[in-house]
Amino acid sequence: MAIKIYIPRDSSALAVGAEKVAVAVAAEAKNRGLNIEIIRNGSRGLYWLETMIEVEADQGRVAYGPVKVKDVPSLFDADFMNGKSHALSLGLTEELDWLKKQQRLTFARVGITDPISLEDYLAHDGYKGLKNALKLSGAEIVKVVTDSGLRGRGGAAFPTGIKWNTVLGCEAEQKYIVCNADEGDSGTFSDRMIMEGDPFVLIEGMTIAAVAVGATQGYIYVRSEYPHALATLNSAIEVATKAAYLGDNVLGSGKTFHLEARRAAGAYVCGEETSLLESLEGKRGLVRFKPPLPAIEGLFGKPTVVNNVISLATVPIVLDKGAQYYADYGMGRSRGTLPIQLAGNIKHGGLVELAFGATLRELLYDFGGGSVTGKPIRAVQVGGPLGAFLPESQFDTPLDYEEFTKIWAVLGHGGIVAFDDSVDMAQMARYAFEFCAIESCGKCTPCRIGSIRGVEVMDKITATRNKSASEHAKSIKLVRDLSDTMLNGSLCALGGMTPYPVLSALNHFPEDFGLSVEPKAG
Amino acid sequence: MLDLQTEQDVGVNQNLEVNVDTLIAQHQHRPGGLLPLLHAIQDSLGYVPESVYPKISKALSLSVAEVHGVVTFYHHFRTHRAGRHVMQICRAESCQAMGSVALEAYAKKSLDIDYHQTTADGSITLEPVYCLGNCALSPSVMMDDEIHGRVSPTDLDALIAEAKA
Repeated sequence: MAIKIYIPRDSSALAVGAEKVAVAVAAEAKNRGLNIEIIRNGSRGLYWLETMIEVEADQGRVAYGPVKVKDVPSLFDADFMNGKSHALSLGLTEELDWLKKQQRLTFARVGITDPISLEDYLAHDGYKGLKNALKLSGAEIVKVVTDSGLRGRGGAAFPTGIKWNTVLGCEAEQKYIVCNADEGDSGTFSDRMIMEGDPFVLIEGMTIAAVAVGATQGYIYVRSEYPHALATLNSAIEVATKAAYLGDNVLGSGKTFHLEARRAAGAYVCGEETSLLESLEGKRGLVRFKPPLPAIEGLFGKPTVVNNVISLATVPIVLDKGAQYYADYGMGRSRGTLPIQLAGNIKHGGLVELAFGATLRELLYDFGGGSVTGKPIRAVQVGGPLGAFLPESQFDTPLDYEEFTKIWAVLGHGGIVAFDDSVDMAQMARYAFEFCAIESCGKCTPCRIGSIRGVEVMDKITATRNKSASEHAKSIKLVRDLSDTMLNGSLCALGGMTPYPVLSALNHFPEDFGLSVEPKAG
Repeated sequence: MLDLQTEQDVGVNQNLEVNVDTLIAQHQHRPGGLLPLLHAIQDSLGYVPESVYPKISKALSLSVAEVHGVVTFYHHFRTHRAGRHVMQICRAESCQAMGSVALEAYAKKSLDIDYHQTTADGSITLEPVYCLGNCALSPSVMMDDEIHGRVSPTDLDALIAEAKA
């Protein structure tokens, strides 16, 4: 029988040579006349160990990494096919401390299964949630999701069940389920990992949403920067449709759900739900005024559920194991688990799924192992380019939506970007304005003009720091005034939250702005 | 900046017309079909020539201004032919934390071009990108559809040499 060897197809594994490693392993096995089956799995999320190869040996799955093409012959020499020792041996994958300390619910299968094998998905508890959902009424499904405490993992943390309930309550001949897979926040990659590593869980979650609210058509809006995710989704949708998990009669239930993955075109603002809907309609991604809410008048004016990838991909386990099982994880009003992404200047970057409540320090040091450069971590940005920068004094904050709100920060999509002490926080503040200027949809003035003025004022601040005291003080006041206008006057989070990175940098790291004053509240 | 005039004489030949007609026929009746159509045109031709705007506008019952508005709103679409390879360097925060500012300066100097420009030999177009989702292995560079992580200046040299070969 062929020995199974797992080599990831995940983009980040490919970014450090997984494709070449897979080719080399196949060629080496052929030369040696060995019978192997290479399975291209998702990533386990220990990215510093990619390309991480696993072999299904008698004792279980044994891991080796980081494997380069040049290591391949020696792995065969060491009989890695039977799980034998090699300089790159990591031992049994399941015993890796980094994985053992996690609580993987949404990511239960990622890295374990063949992403586009429906058989594999079914063998690992796949579609149990949908089968349960098909026995329930729409209102009962919505109640399970509401009771689980699941909140939108895209950033705004709005309760998923409440959103669904609004769509369920609308009378319409057509409703839609839209998955927001426009994961544009720097430091985040959990959506990508799901789409590349376990696409069926997203498809199942969307199907459950459709059954719950009575929608018959779904769209997944995928970033154009994620070509592999799009290709994997398309393959999985095709497989699911052929096997009647999608289509006119989902599993013989008489319910219809068609699903299509649509490619975005590189506009960050399209991660905002109303802008995303405009884009799906084939228009410029201009943000819409709210109300009406998309749940009432969404895609093509019809009631629409718009949820993030992680929210939807979490629904199957909630419907499989029950609301209470999920709600038992977490703290306060943040129930369940959060797939956290460790990024930037971090030694052990990757995916850590944990119940809400772990502290930043645990993540940065226990999981992350400190900075790559070995220097102290001076600042972290949590929640993408619109998230606040946090100084070391706030590293004991637990990851919880409300605890973050208290310190004028956001958890967002759970991305954590670490910076060592070489960072210039005034430059980061300038970049926040610059990014806003590049990505602004242009509809509202505070965002469109404010961002440009912000870049100019930041340039003035860096030019006058330690020079002209009066000019400098004027510019600092101006940047605060401008931030206030953007914060309160912008139409969506792009302009409205750009002040988070700007003011948090200014408040927590005044010395980088040429100030020695005590931090003020934001 | 995009020059609206320079592309008008480019590429309006028989093959292009036939190709675009086929693509329009495939996508014009899809709900919200303009983006999928523009993707199909760019995938096929390498860019969206302005000469095809009137055809698109007629088929989709849009004004030429609306088509122009959509094409130019999205960073992904280009109205000019790109070099043989497109190199995208990530400018986002995670990559900045790992030295992307120096890397982009190095790329611009090595290629002797700025962002949105193409090398004199037509081999490489340089573009910024804002996150490739490879943030645990920053800094990141995308060469055409191939992503590269932990990119050093030496790695960049190798990518450039390969693209120019």
